[in-house]
Amino acid sequence: MIRDVEVLVIGGGPAGLCAAKAAADSGAHVLLLERDDTPGGQLVKQTHKFFGSERQFAGTRGFQIGEMLVDEINAHENIELMTDATVLGMYEDGIVTVLKDEKHLKLRPVKTIIATGAAEKFLTFPNNDLPGIYGAGAVQTLMNVGGVKPADKVVMVGAGNIGLIVSYQMLQAGVEVECVVEALPNIGGFLVHASKLRRAGVPILTRWTVKEAYGNGKLEGVILCQLDDKWQQIPGTEKDVPCDTLCLAVGLTPLAELAWQAGARCEYIRELSGHVPICDENLMTTVEGLYCAGDVSGIEEASSAMVEGRLAGYAVAVALGYDVENAQKEVDAAKAELVELRSGPMGGKIRAGIAKVEQKRGEA
Amino acid sequence: MANKDVIICRCEDITREMILECIEQGYQTIDDIKRVTRAGMGPCQGRTCRLLIAGELSRAFGVPMEEVLMPTFRPPTKPISMGALADAYEESKKGGGAE
Repeated sequence: MIRDVEVLVIGGGPAGLCAAKAAADSGAHVLLLERDDTPGGQLVKQTHKFFGSERQFAGTRGFQIGEMLVDEINAHENIELMTDATVLGMYEDGIVTVLKDEKHLKLRPVKTIIATGAAEKFLTFPNNDLPGIYGAGAVQTLMNVGGVKPADKVVMVGAGNIGLIVSYQMLQAGVEVECVVEALPNIGGFLVHASKLRRAGVPILTRWTVKEAYGNGKLEGVILCQLDDKWQQIPGTEKDVPCDTLCLAVGLTPLAELAWQAGARCEYIRELSGHVPICDENLMTTVEGLYCAGDVSGIEEASSAMVEGRLAGYAVAVALGYDVENAQKEVDAAKAELVELRSGPMGGKIRAGIAKVEQKRGEA
Repeated sequence: MANKDVIICRCEDITREMILECIEQGYQTIDDIKRVTRAGMGPCQGRTCRLLIAGELSRAFGVPMEEVLMPTFRPPTKPISMGALADAYEESKKGGGAE
C-alpha cells in the first residue's frame, strides 16, 4: 500500500523542524520523519547560547530552541511527526521507502525536503580504532544527553566551533582537557569560545597533529607532532601526551545520499565539505519537487540551517499554491537573512562554496 | 608510517595498507576497492570511509577530489530485516495492489 503525502520532510533537526513549520503554517499537510526517538537533531545537546539575530533565537541555548520548535511542531494540526522512522530509499519514480518500527512503508510525496544533516569526518593515524577514540558529537551526546562523564583526561583534535565548545563543556563536566590540537595555522572557531578555553588554561596548539595513538586494548596516550607549511610532520617535534580519550572534531560532511539516490545532481565542493546536491536559489535540487535544507547542502551553523529550512518550506508552499503572497514574502526574507548570516569574515568559505554551486548550475 | 595499523573502514576493519595494495594492483575506483575488500559495505554503508578512500585515490593518481568517481548510491540506507520486507509484500498482496 502506498501512502500519499503532500509534503515530506526528512530529518527532524533544526532545518527539518523549520521547514515543516513553514510549509504547514502556509496550509500544506506535512509528514515529518525523524530517525531518532526524539526530534531536535543536534540541538538537543547544545547547551551553549546561540548568536545571530532575534529571529534566529540569539541568546537562547540550543536545546531550548529545539524544545520550542518541537513544541510548535507537536501542536500543529497540519504536521504529523513520525519518530524512529528512517528513510531507506528514494526512487526515480518518486516513491520513498521508510523503516518504522520494523515495518517497511511506502510513501508517494508531492514535494520532498531532505534535511538529513551531516556525518562526522574521521582521521587516519596508526591505532585510530582504539577504544577511547571518539567523534566529538558522540562525546557531546554521552555528556549532555546521557549524563555520562565521557573521560578523565582528553586530547581534542580540531579548533573549529565544535572542538572548542565540546572541550569547554567537558571542562564543565569535570574532565581534564590536556590540549586542543589544530592542523591549521589558526583557530577556526569563534574567538569567544577559544578565549573561554584559554582562560581556563587549556593550550590550543595550531599546526600540530596526531602522529599516532597507543595503548594496550584501550587508549593510553597519543603522540602529537608539529606540521610544516606543506602539512608534513616535522621529525623531532614529537610529544607524548598520556590520556584515556581522544576526541575528533575534524569537520562534518553532508549526508546527501538520498538526493543522489533520487537522481539529483551532486558535486564535490570543498568549501561545503563534501558532495552536495546542486540546488537553485529556492533550494530545489535538479529533480523537480525535491528540495534540500541545512547541512545536507553544505556545512554551516545551526542558525543558517534553520533559515534554510524556512526558505525551503515556504518555497514548497509557493510551488503548491498555498498562501502564495505571504509565503513568497517569507522566501525573500529568508534569502536576505542568509546573505546577512554569511556576510562576515567567517562566511567567506561558505560564500565561495555557494558561488561554485551557482557556477555548476550554470554549466548544467 | 605503519599503514597496517591505520583503519580506513571501521565497519569492515579495512586498513590503509589493504587500500594501497588494491591501488598498486590496478584497482582505480571506490567501487573496485569495495568489491575486492568489502570497504564501505558494513552497517554505516561507507559514510565514514568513502571520503577517506577517495582521498587515497586522489593522492595515488594525482587527480583532484572533485574528479574522483563516486560509487552508485542504492537503497537501503541501513540494514532491514527480511521479515520486514516479507511483511510489506504480504500486506501489498492483501491490499490487492501489485505494489
